[in-house]
Amino acid sequence: MARYIVRRLLGLVPVLLGVALLVFAMLWIAPGDPVLALVGESAQGMSREALEELRRAYGLDRGFVAQFVDYVTRLARGDLGDSIRTGRPVLEEVWLRFPATLLLAGSAMAVAIALGMALGVLAAIYRRTWVDHAAVVVALLGVSVPVFWSGLVLMLVFALRLGWLPASGYGDWRHLVMPAAAVGFSSSAFIARITRASMIETLRQDYVRTDHAKGLAPGVVHRHALRNALLPVVTVVGLQFGGLLGGAVLTETVFAWPGVGRMLVDAIRARDLPLVQGTVLFIATLFILVNLVVDLSYAALNPKVRYD
Amino acid sequence: MTDRSTGDDARRPDSGGSGRRPALGPVARVRRAWVRARHGWSSALRAPPVRRFRRNRAALTGLVLVLLLVALATAAPLLAPYAPDAQNLRARLRPPSAEHWFGTDEFGRDLLSRVLFGARISLMTGLVPVVSGALLGTFIGLVAGYYGGRIDTVLMRVMAVLLAFPSLLLALAVVGALGPGLTNAVIAVAVVGVPQYARIVRSVVIGTREEEFVHAARALGARDGRLLLRHVFPTTLGPLTVQATLGIGFAILSMAGLSFLGLGVQPPTADWGEMLARGRRFLPDATWLLAFPGIAISLTVLAFNLLGDGLRDALDPRD
Repeated sequence: MARYIVRRLLGLVPVLLGVALLVFAMLWIAPGDPVLALVGESAQGMSREALEELRRAYGLDRGFVAQFVDYVTRLARGDLGDSIRTGRPVLEEVWLRFPATLLLAGSAMAVAIALGMALGVLAAIYRRTWVDHAAVVVALLGVSVPVFWSGLVLMLVFALRLGWLPASGYGDWRHLVMPAAAVGFSSSAFIARITRASMIETLRQDYVRTDHAKGLAPGVVHRHALRNALLPVVTVVGLQFGGLLGGAVLTETVFAWPGVGRMLVDAIRARDLPLVQGTVLFIATLFILVNLVVDLSYAALNPKVRYD
Repeated sequence: MTDRSTGDDARRPDSGGSGRRPALGPVARVRRAWVRARHGWSSALRAPPVRRFRRNRAALTGLVLVLLLVALATAAPLLAPYAPDAQNLRARLRPPSAEHWFGTDEFGRDLLSRVLFGARISLMTGLVPVVSGALLGTFIGLVAGYYGGRIDTVLMRVMAVLLAFPSLLLALAVVGALGPGLTNAVIAVAVVGVPQYARIVRSVVIGTREEEFVHAARALGARDGRLLLRHVFPTTLGPLTVQATLGIGFAILSMAGLSFLGLGVQPPTADWGEMLARGRRFLPDATWLLAFPGIAISLTVLAFNLLGDGLRDALDPRD
């Protein structure tokens, strides 16, 4: 297992390099002079000589490859550049907001898994009944309703009308309920779908029939089946994490949640390119690592997986 | 959520939709006997794709909704009671009434007219990125799958990097580099789709590459380009259609999200996402500004999802 983990980690290196290359290339794709993009508005009063000076200082006068090598070296040292707006290191800015995003994403994940699995299992057990159909409808709404809209509707009902929850901001658990519910709901649909299909498949297995034949209570039988039905669900949870992060970006904006996603949107609006690059790189790396963890746990859970 | 992976439909051919199985005519009976002899029992019980689609109530609902939407978008100038950007400062923030069925916004613009015209933007921003992303992705997938070897490795490595980003984050990264705006947002959403189409097409092509009819065409002297376009490409059309239909729903959702964040469609263009971003400032009173654009987005995306799922169930080559 340890060797397997090491090999999987090594396999990430080219992907991470590719991600870094893409993020680095954003500076070149951006319209206009890269120096101006990096320095921002403060460059407006600068003389041509001063700009050339800066160009050399940033190493922008050298070739693409040399600059990229430079970039990766700096990344390896944990240097993601400085934000144009605040002048502070990008990594610091991201770390400052990361806990809020982690909290939101984690809670939303919990909501998504609980809701998705419940819907999926119910739909599978009560197949072709109204329970199944209702679960299908709820799951369909989950993928079709924009997460920022369901967030706004929740806010309207539970905060602005009923006054049960604070409309926005960051603080105790009451601030977390609506954003987590909105993001979790939209991510639960796919989990429900896979759980249902997997559960139906499992319920058809011989050992389930044996369980029934032995006269076990339906609840016990379903518990046996669920354990085996969950394996495919694990992989989906990892993939859903990406959608969840995307949902978090939108939802953080709706609820003024001080996370990485909202910072990214603000940075794009303010054309703070270093901050945009750093945030994108950070979230992408996080996503890749989460998927690795999910893959590994799948391998650990499934005795059929071999490590060679 | 139909039973794709369960193989259940093979035993209950009428499970997909309403009603009983129609009685078979003499031709159909012969055909079924022939298919049974050739492919075994279960595939003979499988209805052809068109009939399978027609029996699927959810898919039909999706199709009707999509057609309705296209009709509304096309006829928007005829149907809309007002011009979408005509301001009437004496009728600001009016709730729904006989004059303004969906109410008015803070400039006194008629919301119904704006929602109708928004359907055009929405369909456009759904179709354009999907078509362009699918074209590029298909090309990459065809080349990678057909030639294999180093070309395949390099192309798929690049696609793997694109897939390593969460979709919306990749779109945000592209917008972050190019700057906000409608065109850049469309490019961003198109980029997100490219690796998905490339992967699907490649996997189909790898399966088709060694088929007899491809060998036959090659033996007859067909060049690579012709072979790819005339013989290999058509086999990818089924999976491609499914992915593209579902992709339209996703693209509309992403574009609405980007516009909601102020990074996509810019005012005063009537766009559902932008309307929501603006309308939220007038909560909790002007609920109509929240309700109608939101329902419009949800219904549109739902329609394409239903249609895409139905197409997948009808065309799924795994059956």
